[in-house]
Order: sequence, then structure tokens, then C-alpha cells
Amino acid sequence: MRGLGKYLYQSESIVKLLKRFGFLLMMLFVTAQSFALDAQQRFPKPEFATGYAQPATTSPSPRFLLLEYLDIFVLLAALSVVTWFVLKKRSRKGVFWTSVFSLLYFGFYREGCICSIGAIQNMVLGVVDNTYKIPLTAFVFFLLPLVFSLFFGRTFCAGVCPLGAIQDIIVIKPIELPKWLQKVLGLIPYLYLGLAVLFVATKSEFIICRYDPFVGLFRFDAPFHMMMLGILFLATGLFVARPYCRFFCPYGVLLGWMSRFSSNHMTITPAACIQCKLCANSCPFGAINEPVVETGKRHSNVNRMITYFILLPLWTGIGGLAGSMVHVPLSHYNKTVYLAEQLIEHPELKDDQKNIDIRTFLTSGKTTTQLIAEADAIRHQFYIGGWLLGGFMGFVIGTGLIRLSAFRRRDDWETDKTNCLSCARCMEFCPVKRDEDGKITINER
Amino acid sequence: MSTDNLPKKMDRRRLIKNGMQLTLGLSLVSIAGWSAFKSTSDRLVWQLDPFKCVQCGRCAKECVMTPSAVKCVHAFNLCGYCDLCGGYLKPDPNARTTAAENQLCPTAAIKRKYIEDPYFEYEIDEALCIGCAKCVAGCTSFGNGSLHLQVRHDRCKNCNECAIARVCPAEAFQRVPISSPYLIKGGFTKGKNG
Repeated sequence: MRGLGKYLYQSESIVKLLKRFGFLLMMLFVTAQSFALDAQQRFPKPEFATGYAQPATTSPSPRFLLLEYLDIFVLLAALSVVTWFVLKKRSRKGVFWTSVFSLLYFGFYREGCICSIGAIQNMVLGVVDNTYKIPLTAFVFFLLPLVFSLFFGRTFCAGVCPLGAIQDIIVIKPIELPKWLQKVLGLIPYLYLGLAVLFVATKSEFIICRYDPFVGLFRFDAPFHMMMLGILFLATGLFVARPYCRFFCPYGVLLGWMSRFSSNHMTITPAACIQCKLCANSCPFGAINEPVVETGKRHSNVNRMITYFILLPLWTGIGGLAGSMVHVPLSHYNKTVYLAEQLIEHPELKDDQKNIDIRTFLTSGKTTTQLIAEADAIRHQFYIGGWLLGGFMGFVIGTGLIRLSAFRRRDDWETDKTNCLSCARCMEFCPVKRDEDGKITINER
Repeated sequence: MSTDNLPKKMDRRRLIKNGMQLTLGLSLVSIAGWSAFKSTSDRLVWQLDPFKCVQCGRCAKECVMTPSAVKCVHAFNLCGYCDLCGGYLKPDPNARTTAAENQLCPTAAIKRKYIEDPYFEYEIDEALCIGCAKCVAGCTSFGNGSLHLQVRHDRCKNCNECAIARVCPAEAFQRVPISSPYLIKGGFTKGKNG
């Protein structure tokens, strides 16, 4: 009975191995090795006299791969539907209900993971880490909204992104922030994007996921400070519409670049603008531009713009220098650098029995010299990254100044294509309507 | 500025806009092409290497889930079925019984069952296990090391970056393909898999 049980167990593993490797040699090798392992055990497994049936070690499987592909399908479908609502139906209601669906599916059902914002990091990790293969879902979630944005504007933000949806639903009493404040706060996403890329490129951490304020709300489970951050964002969002999207979202930067040059971006009015100004206060995101005519002398305007163009490399250089100067504090966030610093600055910690990281390092067999060499290499990456990040920020500020100095003649009320989230609120306010047959009517209230 | 210059200016704007759109479009296409080489249709999930694990106890605290998605699993094939079990009993227990005062596990998640003299079976109740690795430390130091931690995929949210991996002192966490999502001792050995 005993022997039979053992034989059965072995033959079962043989069948498994045959299935896996398909040839006998490998199987024999592995079996021999597992016998060798048994021999090393301190207390060999007993031979039971009673008919004891050993329970199996369970291994519950992860979510089916097929469901991952379902996510991709839902993403494509939601993007298509919301784009159709924005551009064809011009229906705020349609956009709203699509965003509710996305909030329920990508937010509460998928619990905020996978998301396009975080997928930036997978793409960067794919660049820097040769052993890392980007999962298909992450790659599609990164690319598809950008492609849609390049043609149709940021419809992803309007009705697909769960982080956007949860904020959009609670826009109760939006106040308009001063323009200068919007511009300054609008620089944060660039910095956030740059930092996120830097931290992934140095293989330090995924800050976008770590500081996602809403994922805890989707899961009803998060550390206290992250829960508070989420609630704080929502509370702010009652008055400052979609604060995360406008002043933090790093993916919004990329979407903005695409949307700026999009060919079929939504328009406030379906036909010619009648200059009624009804839409002026409809946008809670400050993304509607007034008509402008050039003021001042053209010659001095052009001169100012040329000056700013000449100053652009200077801004970039200053930014780069500033960035390189903060590379040391930034590198603290890398585990290896931090450990090396601890060992150098506080050698007494080597005797601290409670410091798990140092204890583990000391027993790992790696020498302190090796660790310091590793940390130095990582810190050098931060130095290069600091130059690039700072230079990028300088460049962003410089081009921002050029844009402020440039007068762009605008005859009608238009959306700011970079910052417009395609939420379709302004369309409701526009009295110009186009019915099913394409007939234009002007609603006179 | 005279008005007859306007159409020309609009044309220039359109040219820049279309040119930029084309440039951005081409860059997206090249990213897509490059990613096609770099991507895998197999999804990745997080798992920890039990041979690297140092039983620091952070799995219990750092997981985004409460209780942690990391649980103790028991590789029965490696177990010695000891009466004096280093994973079950506290050091210097009053008696080798199931009394709470003798148990090492803070949540009494290990079930001790008498099989035959002098052998006992130990089974993990995953609903109670918090992944603190106290039993793993006991079993690894005094026994065969058949108790060890694993990420349980029916509970794991598969975060983009595992919150435990970030703080794991032994760098035991790694991304593994979804087709072989466990590194359970016995089937998975140190020499074979690195």
C-alpha cells in the first residue's frame, strides 16, 4: 500500500514532467536531483504505517489570461463609444454614462490596475531592462489612448480613464483658478512625468502607482495616508475640477501633446460660432480660449518672441544644472544607494540586530565595496538623469514663455486643444444645434 | 497686418499642424513596432523565491491587501512530520500540544493533526494566515524548511510594482510568467532555477 502510494506519486510526477519537457533524459536528471534534495533533509519524510493520504499543496491560479484580453477589448470599445458620443452625437449625457461605466469596470471591478497612466512605467522599464518583457496589455493600454488622442483629442480623459471619471462625477461647484496659477500648477505634470521616468530608468521604483491617490478608494483598502490623499483630492475636486488630471497626471502630458495636433478634435459649436459667449463659463477646467486680437506693436512682439527663442537654450541649461544638483537627494529613494549611505554614515548600524536591511545585506555574501560600487553607478545614473530631467523642465518653461509671448489671432471661442478633456460640457451650452439631418438651428432662449 | 495675408498664414499653420501630427503619428508607430519586439503575450505576475526569503516579516505589513496576499504554504513532500515542530511550537514550549500558549503562529493558522506515533501533520488555514513568516523562520532554522511563503494569486491584485518587492531586503520578489506562477519548494529547487 505504502509502496503503491509512493509509486503512484512518482508516476504522476513523471507524467507531468513528460508533458513539460517531452523527453526522458531531462526527466531522469530532475528525478535524480530531487532524490539528492531528499537526502539533504534533516528529518526525512516518514513512511507511514497507517493509510495516510498526504494533502496536496494548492496553487490557486491567477486571473485568466483571456480576461486580460477582455480588458483590451473593453478599452477599445469604451474609447470608440466615447469618441462617437463626443464627435458624432455631441452628447454630454453619453459621455457621462460611458465614464460611469469605465469607473465601474476599470475602477471598481479591475481595481485601478491596469491603467494607462501607470503603463508609462512599463514602457520605460522595457527600454532600460533587457530582461523585462512588456506585457501586451500594458503596451496596448499605453498606446491606444495616445493614438485616439492624435486623431480625436483627449476622449480617453473624457470617458475611459477611471481616475478622471471619479473626479468628473463630483465636479459640483467649480471655481475658476487665476490663469497664472493654472499655468504654474500645469508645470507639475511635466515634473511628475520626468521624475517617474527617472525613477524607473534607475530601477528605483514606480512612483505613479505608489502615489496613485484613487486606487485605494477603488479597492476600499489602502494605507491611511494614501486613503487621506484620495479623499483630499476628491474634496478639492468639488471646487477645483479634476485636480489630479489637470495638475498631476503625467500621462495627460503625453495626451496633451497628441491632442494639440489632433485632426478631428471636438469643437464647441457644430457650425459657425455666433459669438454669444454662452460657453465662456461652461468649462470647469479653464480650457476655453477667448477670441484675441493682437495688441501692441507687431515689431516689438516679434522681437520679444525672438528673445525668448534665444533664451530657450539658457533655460534648458539652467534647468539641467539645477537638476544635476539635486541628484544626490533624489538618489536616496533608491534602495541600494540608501543602504550604502547608511553603511557609510552610520557604521555602528552593522551591529544593530533590528535593522533588517543591513542584517540581510551582511549575510548575503556581498562585500561593502561591491555595494558602494553599485550605489555609485546608480548615483551616476541619477546625475545624468538629473541633467536630462532639469533640462526638460527648463525647456518646458522656456516654450511656455514663448507661447505666452506669441499672439495667435483667434476670432471665435475655441477649446484649448492641449488641455481640453473633451468632456462635452460646453456643447450643451452652445445654442447652435445640428439635428439628425445636419440642419443647423439656433436655439433662442 | 493686411487681411489678404491671412489665408497664407492659415496655410502655414495647417502645414505645421499636419507636419506635427505626422511626426507624432510616426513616433507612435515606431514605439509600437519596437514594443512588438519587446512585448510578451504572456502576462507577468509577482512571486517570491523561497530560497532567497529571509523571513523578515515585511510581507505581512507591506502588501496593499489586508491581510497580505502572501501566505505560508506547506510543501508536504519535504516535511518531516515532526512532533517537536519548529514552525508550529514556540521555542521551549510548556508542552507539545495545540494550546495557544505553545503556538508560534500569532493567528493560530497552522492546524496540527495527529497521524500516527510520533508523526503530526501541519496544515495552513490561509484565511487566518497573515504571511508574517514566523513559522517559516522556525521551520527553516530547526526543520526541513517545508513551510515557506508564496504570493497567493487568488488574493494578489498583481500591482504594477509590488509594494512588498520594493521593500524586500533580500530581493526575493520577481516577475514570473503567468503560465508558471508559483515557486513552490519541491518542484522548484535552488540549484535548478537559480
